[in-house]
Amino acid sequence: MITLTDLYKAFGTKRVLQGATLQIEQGESMVIIGGSGSGKSVLIKHIIGLLAPDSGSVKVEGQEVTTLKEKELYKMRRKFGMLFQNAALFDSLKVWENVAFTLLRQKKTSLVKARETATEKLRLVGLKDIEDLMPSELSGGMRKRVGLARAIAHNPEFILYDEPTTGLDPIMADVINELIIELKQKLKVTSVTITHDMVSAYKIADRIAMLYKGKIIGIGTPEEIKNTSNPVIKQFITGNAIGPITAEGA
Amino acid sequence: MKRIFKPLEIVGKTLIAFITEFGCISMLLYNSLRLMFIPPFEFRMIFAQMYEVGTKSFPVVFITAIFSGMVLALQTLTGFKFIAQVGAQSLVGTVVALSITRELAPVLTGLIVAGRAGAAMAAELGTMKVSEEIDALETLATNPIKYLIIPRLIAGVVMLPTLTILADFVGILGGFFVSVYIFDASSVGYWNRTWDYLEIKDITDGLIKACFFGASISIVSCYKGFYTTGGAKGVGQATTGAVVLSSMAILVSDYFISVILAS
Repeated sequence: MITLTDLYKAFGTKRVLQGATLQIEQGESMVIIGGSGSGKSVLIKHIIGLLAPDSGSVKVEGQEVTTLKEKELYKMRRKFGMLFQNAALFDSLKVWENVAFTLLRQKKTSLVKARETATEKLRLVGLKDIEDLMPSELSGGMRKRVGLARAIAHNPEFILYDEPTTGLDPIMADVINELIIELKQKLKVTSVTITHDMVSAYKIADRIAMLYKGKIIGIGTPEEIKNTSNPVIKQFITGNAIGPITAEGA
Repeated sequence: MKRIFKPLEIVGKTLIAFITEFGCISMLLYNSLRLMFIPPFEFRMIFAQMYEVGTKSFPVVFITAIFSGMVLALQTLTGFKFIAQVGAQSLVGTVVALSITRELAPVLTGLIVAGRAGAAMAAELGTMKVSEEIDALETLATNPIKYLIIPRLIAGVVMLPTLTILADFVGILGGFFVSVYIFDASSVGYWNRTWDYLEIKDITDGLIKACFFGASISIVSCYKGFYTTGGAKGVGQATTGAVVLSSMAILVSDYFISVILAS
C-alpha cells in the first residue's frame, strides 16, 4: 500500500503540489490523470524518493519514505520498477545490458544467467532477437517495451508508469495498455500510472484520480469518473476547451 | 533610487550565484570523496573513463607539447639574440625544461583535457539528465554519484598527471630538435644544461598541479552536466559552462598552487 498525505512541493515560486493526498491499495492499478504541467510527474517522483516534499508524508507499506537514509532508500527502491516517458534507456549499453542492469550490478548473477533473464523479460513484453542492438536503433514503441522489460527485470512489487502511451500511435499505445494489464495479472503488482490519455486510463485503471492545481480533486472507478458531476473532471475527460480549466492555468 | 541600487543588485546577484555554485561543487566533491571508498567499485566505468580522458586526449597533448617546446626554443633563441652570439645555444635546454615541467605541460594539458574530456563529460551527463537516465539510475537502486561521477573524478586525477609526464618528455624533445638541428646547439650541451637545473621537485610540482587540475575538470564538468535543465539548449549551456569554468579554475588555481609550492 502506498499512502501520500498532504504533500506540498514548490520549485522556487512555482507551487506544484498543494496538499495532495492519495491512497493506493495493494494490487490495484491506480491511474492519475491531469493536464500537462499539473504536477503528475512530480507526484510520482515523490513515491520513489526522487523528490522530497516540502511537507507531508509518503508511506510505502507503512514505511515513511521522506525520512529514509540513503542506504535504506536504495533498498526500498528495489521494490519498485519505473517506466519513464521516453523510456530513459542507457544509450551506451546494449538492449540486454539495459534490461539486466540491476542484475549485472549486483554481481550475484553470472553474465549468462543475466542475459537469459533479459531475454525472458524481453519475451514477456513481446520482443525477441534484439538483445544486441543499441537503444538508438529501436523505434519509440520498442524503446518503451525495453524500458518496461528493464522495470520488471528485478521482479518489483510496484510499477510506476510515467505516461506510458504518450508519443505512440494508437495501435502501439494499445499494445502497451495490454502489456500493463497482462503484467498486473501475471506478476500481481501494484501499479501507478500517470497519463492524460483517457482511452488508456479507462482501459488499465481499477481507480482513476484527478490531479488539479496541486490537489487530488476526485477519485473513483472508471465508471464513476465517466459519470462524474465535477465540472473540472468532466471537462478534462471530455477534452473540452471551454470550462473551468483554462489554457493559462494548465 | 532604483538606478543607484541596480548595479549593486547585479553585483550582489552575481556574487550569490558564484558562491552558490562554488558551494554546490564543493558538496558534490565531498559526497564523491565520501562514497569513493565504499564498495561496490565501478572498475569497468573507471577504466572506460581513463580511456576517454587519457588515451583519447594523448594525440592532441602530444602535438601541443611538441610544438610548445619547439616554439619556446625558437622564441628564446630569436628573442635573446646574445645567446646565439656568444654560442650558448645549449642554455635554452634549461629554459625549455623548467618552463615545460613547471608550467606549460600541466596547464596546457589541463586546458586540452578541459576542452575535450570536460566538454564530453558535461554533454554526456547533461543529456542523461534531460532524458531522465539519471533518474532511471536512481530507480534501479544505483547511486549516480558512484556510477557516473566517481569514475570520472578518478580518471581525471590519474590521467592528467600521466599525460603531463608525457607532455614533459615530448616538450623537452621539441625544444631539443629546434635548438640542435636549427640553431646548431650541441646536443650533449643541451642535455647537460637540461639536467643541470632541472630538479625532481620541478617535475613533481607540475604533477601535483596536474592532479589538482584533473580533479577540478572532472568535478566541475560533472556538476555542470548533472544539474543541467531545459533540454538541448541546457546541454549546450552546460557544456560551454563546463569548459569555461574548468579553464578558469585551472588558470586561477595555477597561480595559487605555484605560490604554495614555492613557499
